Amino acid sequence: MPEVLKAPLAVEFPFTRSLGPVQSAFLTGLRERVVLGVKAKDGRTLVPPVEYDPVTAEEIRDLVEVAPTGTVTTWAWNHEPRRGQPLDTPFAWVLVRLDGADTALLHALDAPGPDAVHTGMRVRVRWAEERSGAITDIACFEPYDGEPAGPTGHSGEFADAISGIVAFARLDYTYSPGRAQSDYIHALSERRTVGERCPSCRKVYVPPRGACPTCGVATAEHVEVGPRGTVTTFCIVNIKAKNLDIEVPYVYAHIALDGADLALHGRIGGIPYDQVRMGLRVEPVWTEGARYPDHYRPTGEPDAEYDTYKELL
Amino acid sequence: MSKEPVAVVGIGQTKHVAARRDVSIAGLVREAAGRALEDAELTWADVDAVVIGKAPDFFEGVMMPELYLADALGAVGKPMLRVHTAGSVGGSTALVAANLVAARVHGTVLTLAFEKQSESNAMWGLSLPIPFQQPLLAGAGGFFAPHVRAYMRRSGAPDTVGSLVAYKDRRNALKNPYAHLHEHDITLEKVQASPMLWDPIRYSETCPSSDGACAMVLTDRAGAARAPRPPAWMLGGAMRSEPTLFAGKDFVSPQAGKDCAADVYRQAGIADPRRDIDAVEMYVPFSWYEPMWLENLGFADEGEGWKLTESGVTELDGDLPVNMSGGVLSTNPIGASGMIRFAEAALQARGQAGEHQVDGARRVLGHAYGGGSQFFSMWLVGSEPPES
Amino acid sequence: MTRDIAVVAFAQTDHRRTTDELSEVEMLMPVLHEVLDRTGLKTADIGFTCSGSSDYLAGRAFSFTLALDGVGAWPPISESHVEMDGAWALYEAWTKLLTGDADTALVYSYGKSSPGSVRDVLTRQLDPYYVAPLWPDSVALAALQAQALIDAGDTDEPALAAVAARSRADATANSHAQLRGSLPQGEYLVRPLRTGDCPPIGDGAAAVVLAAGERARELCERPAWIRGIDHRIEAHSLGVRDLTDSPSTRLAAEKAGAFERPVDTAELHAPFTSQEVVLRKALRLDDSVRVNPSGGALAANPMMAAGLIRIGEAAAGIHRGESDRALAHATSGPCLQQNLVAVLEGDPR
Repeated sequence: MPEVLKAPLAVEFPFTRSLGPVQSAFLTGLRERVVLGVKAKDGRTLVPPVEYDPVTAEEIRDLVEVAPTGTVTTWAWNHEPRRGQPLDTPFAWVLVRLDGADTALLHALDAPGPDAVHTGMRVRVRWAEERSGAITDIACFEPYDGEPAGPTGHSGEFADAISGIVAFARLDYTYSPGRAQSDYIHALSERRTVGERCPSCRKVYVPPRGACPTCGVATAEHVEVGPRGTVTTFCIVNIKAKNLDIEVPYVYAHIALDGADLALHGRIGGIPYDQVRMGLRVEPVWTEGARYPDHYRPTGEPDAEYDTYKELL
Repeated sequence: MSKEPVAVVGIGQTKHVAARRDVSIAGLVREAAGRALEDAELTWADVDAVVIGKAPDFFEGVMMPELYLADALGAVGKPMLRVHTAGSVGGSTALVAANLVAARVHGTVLTLAFEKQSESNAMWGLSLPIPFQQPLLAGAGGFFAPHVRAYMRRSGAPDTVGSLVAYKDRRNALKNPYAHLHEHDITLEKVQASPMLWDPIRYSETCPSSDGACAMVLTDRAGAARAPRPPAWMLGGAMRSEPTLFAGKDFVSPQAGKDCAADVYRQAGIADPRRDIDAVEMYVPFSWYEPMWLENLGFADEGEGWKLTESGVTELDGDLPVNMSGGVLSTNPIGASGMIRFAEAALQARGQAGEHQVDGARRVLGHAYGGGSQFFSMWLVGSEPPES
Repeated sequence: MTRDIAVVAFAQTDHRRTTDELSEVEMLMPVLHEVLDRTGLKTADIGFTCSGSSDYLAGRAFSFTLALDGVGAWPPISESHVEMDGAWALYEAWTKLLTGDADTALVYSYGKSSPGSVRDVLTRQLDPYYVAPLWPDSVALAALQAQALIDAGDTDEPALAAVAARSRADATANSHAQLRGSLPQGEYLVRPLRTGDCPPIGDGAAAVVLAAGERARELCERPAWIRGIDHRIEAHSLGVRDLTDSPSTRLAAEKAGAFERPVDTAELHAPFTSQEVVLRKALRLDDSVRVNPSGGALAANPMMAAGLIRIGEAAAGIHRGESDRALAHATSGPCLQQNLVAVLEGDPR
C-alpha cells in the first residue's frame, strides 16, 4: 500500500461581526475602561450583557455600570497556554462575578501559581494598554485586596461607539484524503488517470471516492481511463476568480474520459473559446510539476455523437 | 393511526440586505422569530421546541451556533434541534419541525433559518483550500452554468428564457418589502444587456448574497383554532436525497427532485400538479432553473418547461405564478433561502402575501434544493386543512 | 397516536487516535454494512435515514455530502442531517417513525478528531463576541466545572480518579474502546483535571437501525424499545449557569420517564470524569445502577458519534439480555449545555 498522503490545511478568516446595541455598548465601554451590565427582567444584572433575558428571552436594554473588581466563582489552572489565549505565561481561567453583577464573566487571571488562586478570591480588571472595543481590552484579571471599586456612574452612552469587531480565527488541520483518493493522486503523478470500478454496478468512478455512491460498496479494482475524452457540457468563464491565474475568457468543461462513467472537470485550451462545443474530443496537456493536467486540448478527432455522451453530462 | 395536521400560524422574516451591520447574529434571528410570534400572537413561553437550520458553519465562523443562540431564541429548558442539509436546509428544517407537531411530540414549534453572509464570504467557506484537490476553476456560477447549457441542448429552449425569468422575479421583488434586491428601474433590456459571467448565465440571472432570517410558528389543530389569522395547512411534505456525483446522474432533472415531488403530491392528493396547484415558490438561484424545475416538479413535460415561462404562465398574474416573492434571484441568505420559499408558500395560502398575493391561491408548493442538485425538500400548503 | 419504536441493531468502529489512511466515508461504510447486515435490511428497505456530523471537525464545508456515498442513496432516499451528535439524528428519526411515514430508519454519525486540534476547534462553539476571542479550550471549561464541583463538596480528585479507573477497567470488555485497562491518572492537563479525567481524542463512527412495532420484532430477537426520549438545552454562557447541576438533563429525564421506575444500566455521555458526577446527581443514579459498562466516553469519544454510541451500547445490552431497562444520555456544548435522555426497555423475559 502506498504511503498515506497528508498535508496541512489552515482554515483562517477575519470574520466581521456586527454587534447590535447591547454588545456595542459593552465592548465600547471596555475601550473606555467602563464595565457595563444589563438588567434582566428578574432584577439581576448580567455581566457580560446580552440583548435578551436568558430566562424569558424578552428583549432587555437597560444598561448599568458595574465595578471592575469582583470575586472568583470558579477557576482552573492552565499551565500550558494555547494559541490565542489571553496570556502566554501560565494563568488561571476564572469566572468572575464583578461587584454589582449577578452573573459571572469568563476570563484569565494572572497569578503566580495555582496555590495563589482560590474560589472566593478578590480580583480586579487589568486593562490592556491598547484597547479597541473587544473582550481582549480586558488583558486579564489580577489579584486585588482593596475595597470594591465604585462605578463611575456611566450612562452607557458613548459618542463614538463601535458597531463591529473583526474576529480573526485560524484552525490548523492535517488533511489526508483517504485510501482511494491517495491511489488516484499517486497515479496522477505518473500522468495516468486511474479510476475505480464498482464491483456491483461495474461503473468506473473518476476520481474514485472510496465508495460507489449508488451501491454503497467499496470500490477497489483500478481502471486506467483516458487520456482522451469528450466535452459533454461547458460554460465560458468571463470573470476572473480569486486566486486563479487564468486569463478570461476561458472554457470550463465537463469531460468524460474514455472508459469513465462520469465526467470530471477541466479547462479547455488550444482552441478559441467560442469554438468549444459539446462533443468536442480532447486530451490532457500537462505542465511540469503540476498535479493535474493544466488543461485539455482538441485531439482533432470528429466530434462525438450526442447519444454517446448524453448520460455523462 | 393518523398524523396530527400541521398549521402555519406565524411567519416572520427580516428585511434581507447585503449586510445587516446594525445587529448581532442573535439580533438577526430574534427579529425574524419575534415577527413570527407577533404574527401568531404568541409569546416565547408558548413555544414548546425550537428547530433551527442554516448552511455551513464556516459562513459565520461559529461552530454549531444554535448553542450560542439557545437563550436568544427562548430555547432554555426546551428541546432545540439544528438541521443542516446544504441549500435545501431551510425547507428541511421546516419539515423536521412539522414532524414534531405531526407526531404529536409538541403542540407548537418555532422553526427558523438564517445566514449572515456578511460575517465572512460564502465563496471562501465553499472553497477552502483542501490539499491535493483541483482548485475550483470557475467560481459559484461555473458549477451551474454547464448544467444550464445541458438543459438548453436537451430542450431546444431559446437563449432568452433565462432573462425572462430574471425580469419577472425582480419585478415581483418590488412588491415584496422583505426582498433584498429592489431594482426599481429594471427592464428586460437591462437584464439582457448585463455582463455574461458564466456563459450562458448573465449577471442579472444570478442571485445576490444576503443577510437574513426567516421564522415560522407551526402548530397543531388546537393551536390553529386559537390563531388570530387564517393558518396555512400542510397537505404534504417530503425530503429526498441522492448522491453528490454518480454515473448516470441527471443534473438537469434529478431523480430525487421528481421522487420528492411525487411523494408530496401523493400525500396531498394532487393528481395533476399543473391543474391542482395554484402557485409555486421554488429555489431558483440562477434564472434557468425555473424551466428546469417546472419539468422536474411535473408542471411541464420534459423539454417543455421553458414554454410556460416564455408564454407568461409563471408571471404573477399568470395561470401558474412562480416565485411571487421575487425568489432566490432577489434574496439569498443561503441557509434561510429554503425556508423563505416554504414561508412564501404559506403566506400565499393564508392570503397574507400583500402586494404579491395571488388571488385565490388555495394550494401552493414550496420547494428547496441544495448540494450538487441532490438534496430536495418540499411542502404543499393549503388554505383548508387536510382531509383526515 | 403512539407507536412502539425500538433500536434493533447497533454497530460501531474500533475507535482510534487516528485513521488518516481512511476518508470519512471509508471509515463509515463498514459500520453501515455491519448494522444493515444485523437486520438483513438493505438501503432500499430503509424508510428514513438521518445522520449527524460536523463540518468544523472535518475542516470542510458540506463534509456530510460525501459520507452519503457510503449509504448507496440510489434510488433516492428520504434523508436528513443534523449538525449535531448522532443521538439527535436518532431523535429526528424517532419522530419520523412516530408519524407513521416510515417503519424503519438508519441513523449514523461519525467524527474524525485527528485532522485538527479538537480542543481548539471546540472554542468556535462559544459566544463569538465575548468568549471565542479568548480561545478557552474544552478542557479548560470542563476544569472550571470540576473546580466548582470540588468547591461545592460534590467530589474531590480521588473520587474523579476512581471514575476514570472504573471506566477504563470496564472498557477492557469493549473491543471497540480506545483506552482500556489500568492507566495512570497522569499530570494535570488543566487543573483540577488530569489526563486521566479527560476523554481520549480519536476517530470513529456508529450506526443504529430503528424499527416500529412488529417490524422491530421481525428484525431483532429482543428489541430495545424506546420508552421515552427527550432533550433540553440550557443558557449558553457558563457565567449564568450553576455548573454543579444539570437541570436540562433532569428535565429531559423526567420527560423521557426515566424516574418512573429504576433503570439497571446507564450509559452516560460524560467526556470528563467530573461530568459523570453532575449527571449522576441530575439523574438520581445510585450505586445499584451499572454506569457505563462500555467504559463510556472516557474510553472512546469520537466527536459527533459518542452520544449515539451511548444509545447503541444501552440498546445492545438489552439485545444481549444483560439489561432490561437502561438509560442512555448524550450531551453537546460546553459543560453539558444540551442533554438528551432516552429510556430503553426489553420485553419481559
